[in-house]
Amino acid sequence: MSKILVWVEHDNAAIKDATLAAVTAASQIGEVHLLVAGSGCAAAGHAASQIVGIAKVYVADDVAYANALAENVAPLIVGLMSHHDAFVAPATSNGKNIAPRVAALLDVMQISDILSVDGPKTFTRPTYAGNAIATVESSDAKLVITVRGTAFIKAAPEGGSAPIEAVVGSGDAGLSSFVAAEIALSERPELTSAKVIVAGGRALKDADTFQATIFPLADTLGAAVGASRAAVDAGYVPNDYQIGQTGKIVAPDVYIAIGISGAIQHLAGMKDSGTIIAIDKDEDAPIFQIADLGLVADLFDAVPRLTHTLQEKK
Amino acid sequence: MKILVPVKRVIDYNVKPRIKADGTGVDLANVKMSMNPFDEIAVEEAIRLKEKGVASEVVAVSVGPAKAQETLRTALAMGADRAILVQTDDAVEPLAVAKILKGIADEEQPGLVILGKQAIDDDCNQTGQMLAALMGRPQGTFASEVACEDEHLLVTREVDGGFESVRLALPAVVTTDLRLNEPRYASLPNIMKAKSKPLATKSPTDYGVDTAPRLKTVKVSEPPVRQAGIKVPDVDTLVAKLKELGVA
Ligand SMILES: Cc1cc2nc3c(=O)[nH]c(=O)nc-3n(C[C@H](O)[C@H](O)[C@H](O)COP(=O)(O)OP(=O)(O)OC[C@H]3O[C@@H](n4cnc5c(N)ncnc54)[C@H](O)[C@@H]3O)c2cc1C
Ligand SMILES: Nc1ncnc2c1ncn2[C@@H]1O[C@H](COP(=O)(O)O)[C@@H](O)[C@H]1O
Repeated sequence: MSKILVWVEHDNAAIKDATLAAVTAASQIGEVHLLVAGSGCAAAGHAASQIVGIAKVYVADDVAYANALAENVAPLIVGLMSHHDAFVAPATSNGKNIAPRVAALLDVMQISDILSVDGPKTFTRPTYAGNAIATVESSDAKLVITVRGTAFIKAAPEGGSAPIEAVVGSGDAGLSSFVAAEIALSERPELTSAKVIVAGGRALKDADTFQATIFPLADTLGAAVGASRAAVDAGYVPNDYQIGQTGKIVAPDVYIAIGISGAIQHLAGMKDSGTIIAIDKDEDAPIFQIADLGLVADLFDAVPRLTHTLQEKK
Repeated sequence: MKILVPVKRVIDYNVKPRIKADGTGVDLANVKMSMNPFDEIAVEEAIRLKEKGVASEVVAVSVGPAKAQETLRTALAMGADRAILVQTDDAVEPLAVAKILKGIADEEQPGLVILGKQAIDDDCNQTGQMLAALMGRPQGTFASEVACEDEHLLVTREVDGGFESVRLALPAVVTTDLRLNEPRYASLPNIMKAKSKPLATKSPTDYGVDTAPRLKTVKVSEPPVRQAGIKVPDVDTLVAKLKELGVA
């Protein structure tokens, strides 16, 4: 049976959700081994060993692996690939940074963002902003794959008890160093795992209006907040709110698009949502072509009333 | 410092792609093609670094058909100094593109290579990282800010939770994200001037690269289509629907 190495994304304590979807994809290819690389990451290694369906967990604990720098982590992975048949990473910003570096070092053509496993070396993946789904078969001896988090169910995080093995890599490659991170902390659910998302577009005018219009509705529904590229470019909300082809891919149970026209680049990031609701004043806006429920209205009238009515009924 | 900027000719981002009836790919006949939007951002950043006196020369490179010359002329009109077309009619995968770029980097010895983070046709998001690996150099992917500090490059990256900054030893590879800059339009005089800037034509074999694909495309199909649903007349009806969905 082929052996699959999955790179685990973690914060030294807990395992990030996207990894659990990558584990499910990997388990459809072969026996799943996990790599937890970090600095002071023993707790994450322990958490990884409890994921259901894992045969082995490698832990590489070294200051060089603290911030998932691709220059340092890729050689560690390449070393472990001498006894694995495939490398799998979640298609998160870290996964997308590391996996192609591994692929080139192994002389493998990576398969990005897979949606399904159709055979031992056959996968589907989105191209052209999700408008063309390609089925591709690899002829490489080993595989390097990133996994779209919304396309696979998450492996159960608890119930397993895989053995843990410490491994040592070559450490700091001396090419790059981490300077700082500006990670916004929010009480709201994370976009990629939220059940409900309220997203705003260019129509929201400015940061204050976005804040005053979108956030109260999101809070009433316990929803995460997202945005179109236009809203992010205009500075209404930070970059990590962007949903779409080149932003985050989401698939909540309910997606509420407000003042978003529905450009293909935006649809690429949200069209697999359960129920799509759109509020836009232009009845011809393309978003209505894919929305399950549409309300043609001025958002500055409709959204405050929606929020108010929902709050009253609580 | 010399900057190398790989630019790809792709379907224009405003065009809705159509799949060929035989399911072998996307129909590109008579479709508007443009420079990959992220690569425009890469060209712009390189030119700005030249304008700041950090870079001495900007070289644009494209791997693709003869028509990719148009894409290179656009880069030259924006302000690149010269261009290299590695001409081939085959579809070249990111791994092979990275190998060709490595060959060019060996010849040109750039201090910096700036690529787009993603080509909007294959949506691979690989080439820059692969090139960095092949060159044995650091990578600053998804950049929203780039600053040169003596022998180092400070790159601010767009990551899932916000921003992250890294310090890279030069030479380095950078891939652009959307907020790095707003690319300029080429002026008419600059478009005219670009016509006489040098454009060299090469082939993948000049760099000893085999471009045979590693991935076989078994088929290309439409994503599941979503049907338009219903329009609700007012906010109260929407609230009732939200209740049915169990979210309110
Ligand atoms: C390389 C590239 C990558 C891209 N990646 C992404 C991506 O990842 N994600 C993304 O979202 N976009 C992306 N885009 C941008 C995309 O093409 C669109 O420009 C963008 O999605 C438009 O955002 P919008 O819908 O908010 O704005 P608009 O298209 O301007 O739509 C605004 C909508 O608001 C409505 N409106 C205005 N006023 C009101 C009102 N008072 N009440 C109700 N409705 C109102 C209008 O009718 C309109 O439908 C990308 C583009 C490129 C070139
Ligand atoms: N054929 C090509 N010619 C020149 N540059 C390319 C080519 N393919 C990819 N690139 C560069 O690599 C980036 C990422 O492409 P990709 O990995 O295919 O998503 C693009 O934005 C370009 O800068």
